[in-house]
Amino acid sequence: MAWLDTIVQGILLGGLYALFATGLSLIFGVMRLVNLAHGDFSILAAFIAVVAVQVLDLNPLLALILVVPVMAVLGYGLQRLVLNRLLGRGILPAVLVTFGLSIVIQNGLLETFSADSRRLNPGGIETASLPLGGGLAVGWFPLLTFGVAVLLLVGLQLLIGRTALGRAFRAASDDGGTAALMGIDNGRLYGLAMALSLAIVAVAGIFLGIRTTFTFSSGPDRLLFAFEAVIIGGLGSLWGTLVGGVILGVAQTTGARLSPGWGVLAGHLVFLAVLLLRPAGLFSKPRRLDS
Amino acid sequence: MTVIVERTTPASRAGAVVAVLLIAALIALPWTRDAGLMRVIVEFIALLTLAQMWNLLAGYAGLVSIGQQAYVGLGGYALMVLADDLGVNPFLAVPLAGLVATAFALPTAALVFRFSGGYFAVGTWAVAEVYRLLIANTGALGRGTGRTLKAVFPLARETRELATYALALALGVTTIVAIYLYLRSRLGLGLMAVRDSEPASQSLGVDVFRTKLAVYLIAAFGTGTTGALIYLNLLRISPDAAFSINWTAYTIFIVVIGGLGTLEGPIVGTVVFFLLRELLADYGSWYMILLGTLAVVAMMRYPQGLWGLVVDRWDLRFFPVQRLVRGVGNVSVRER
Amino acid sequence: MTLLGVHALSAFYGDFQALFGISLEVAEGETVAVIGANGAGKSTFLRALAGAVPVPPDAVVFDGRPVGGHPAHALVDLGIVLVPEGRKIFPSLSVEENLLVGAYRGRRGPWTLDRVYRLFPVLGERRTQPGTNLSGGEQQMLAIGRGLMANPRLLLVDEISLGLAPLVVQHLYRTLEAVKAEGTTLLVVEQDVSRVLAVAQRVYCFRKGSVSLHDVPARLTREQIAAAYFGA
Repeated sequence: MAWLDTIVQGILLGGLYALFATGLSLIFGVMRLVNLAHGDFSILAAFIAVVAVQVLDLNPLLALILVVPVMAVLGYGLQRLVLNRLLGRGILPAVLVTFGLSIVIQNGLLETFSADSRRLNPGGIETASLPLGGGLAVGWFPLLTFGVAVLLLVGLQLLIGRTALGRAFRAASDDGGTAALMGIDNGRLYGLAMALSLAIVAVAGIFLGIRTTFTFSSGPDRLLFAFEAVIIGGLGSLWGTLVGGVILGVAQTTGARLSPGWGVLAGHLVFLAVLLLRPAGLFSKPRRLDS
Repeated sequence: MTVIVERTTPASRAGAVVAVLLIAALIALPWTRDAGLMRVIVEFIALLTLAQMWNLLAGYAGLVSIGQQAYVGLGGYALMVLADDLGVNPFLAVPLAGLVATAFALPTAALVFRFSGGYFAVGTWAVAEVYRLLIANTGALGRGTGRTLKAVFPLARETRELATYALALALGVTTIVAIYLYLRSRLGLGLMAVRDSEPASQSLGVDVFRTKLAVYLIAAFGTGTTGALIYLNLLRISPDAAFSINWTAYTIFIVVIGGLGTLEGPIVGTVVFFLLRELLADYGSWYMILLGTLAVVAMMRYPQGLWGLVVDRWDLRFFPVQRLVRGVGNVSVRER
Repeated sequence: MTLLGVHALSAFYGDFQALFGISLEVAEGETVAVIGANGAGKSTFLRALAGAVPVPPDAVVFDGRPVGGHPAHALVDLGIVLVPEGRKIFPSLSVEENLLVGAYRGRRGPWTLDRVYRLFPVLGERRTQPGTNLSGGEQQMLAIGRGLMANPRLLLVDEISLGLAPLVVQHLYRTLEAVKAEGTTLLVVEQDVSRVLAVAQRVYCFRKGSVSLHDVPARLTREQIAAAYFGA
């Protein structure tokens, strides 16, 4: 029974990982950009929420209303002013600039907020649990997180599949040059993609901050987990990303059950195993693993 | 027509003289008994070598790795195991540790070479994390607390410091000479062809995969040996320090600011790095913020780096790896 | 009335010069053909007009305004639309979605999804299939339909006969007649010389990035065309 509990925890954790992963794979799909500061942006969002909670006395879940638009605008600006200039110059500039951003954000957070760990407190919901029968109980908050993740994925799926903007994303992802010939303003489109990516990762960051403590240096691990979830699930598939997140989550909770220090490592090993055995991921559409 | 292929420049011939004088000065330094300066020079050479390795990978082979800290850590821990557990002479253990790191680089390459571009970068980092966590969970290697190098205890401090310094000098000079010779060779020409255009070089018979693999392994060896040197100098190793992403952050900064894809660039970059460190020693994280910002600006506006600006302006090359073709008369090739 | 004026247009791919001072004019409602051997610069020329290759501001004048150097998406707003060489259908989009992307800028005009389906019924039959599942000829129809969805004033058509059977090409050219009938100006690049001379009012021949011949089809002999194509 305790094992079932571990697996359920892992599945719900996977929802959170899927959120992190989705932002990353969206911008990679549209513009072949890997944002090494992806995780750091989620932690930045969590710290902005900390400030909002302190200054405005808001519940962290309500702080989402403030933080998400702020991060979206930040993403749009970052893309249009900085990152758009690097596209078409090979991967080196983009990797190095986002890496530099990661260093700057982490150290900026360290200077501003010190090295203390923080946690966002939504007033009790995070500890409440829902009994499922048979002695199994599931936390309300992990359930909520998973639900929000699924909801966002559905929303994103609808956006990409049914709207003109979504068609533009897919067209640009297929062939940026021809997309421009259709009248698509790639510069603006990439800005919107990054805005969307950071908005999603802001939600992920706040939910993370409620679930667990975080510090200025928590960002890079989020990037790694996002990356692993994307690779396990397979590039080019939104629902694959959810499955990838779930597999990673279950691997981590199972590993942690065996020995506390082994959680994250177990996730890494599963990731490496998938990489060895099915490099294209479990649900990928036929597309290569490269930029 | 005799085609003359020029391979040296006036600057390089002058530079060679300067280099010999500099090396002589460094060799003479221990007589001043300035242990502090010797330690700084060891650190300088260590960072310089790490930067040269990363430059070789990213600037010449087009492999942008942010996981080289894996080999710093593996080299450092290999030193501990070889010297303390296996009784190898600690100074001999340094290059041997480099070999150990290279051994780990083979399976690592098998995994990460499945990626390219940005995902390759993250993949190398993921693997570095795996190594860190594996070591942090291994009792015999000291877990999270780490280990101390005991094999040097019998030695007098001065002897140890002198030997470390000598090893560092040897590493520094050997690295630069080796890279220079490699790039000037046919293999190096192939490498630069791969950097400029993979499809074109492949169609000309360059084995792209083997070239990249060779460079990756060489870089692992250089980085691992340097890692061992670093921890020979520091005497104390822990997983978080040895596998820290900061090693990569520093080398990226050095190479980007100094000049990617040139031999002189990392030297310039390391000098700038040390100067900034001295100036901003009291400012903690502002120092890193400045480094990061400078690297971002450099990448955006001045991708050729400080040395690249010098080359563009004055066409100085101390380590010429180009082949300048001057044609006169009938076609027989002579290199000078 | 001159809709498109091209003045001494030169274009480069990096250090390589592809076009050397091209000058050309197209009146509104006209159909002008551009012929020439492979590598003569015809596709580069259309791409330059469409904004995919950088050009100086005054080199291209559209409806009296200099538009050289404008980004491709802005030119679509003005009504300059390219049906690209090789069709360039988006694989991640269905037939219908490919057509809808063509209408991204929302320009008003006679062409709607229904009208395009009437022009190319086979597209309607396959509307939900991925765009690249279609045969070569059908993909070409899709590419033309996609271009029409932007309601162009000037439609640039790049080598639609490439790799297609004569019967299919015949059908495609008949649909171009329907486009002409709407008053759309056409600039057609073609390898199939006789096909395009039958629809064009004027023809330019390119050779090695320059104009080697410019005339009305009726006045041209085969010898003249061959000389302009390959060089005397």
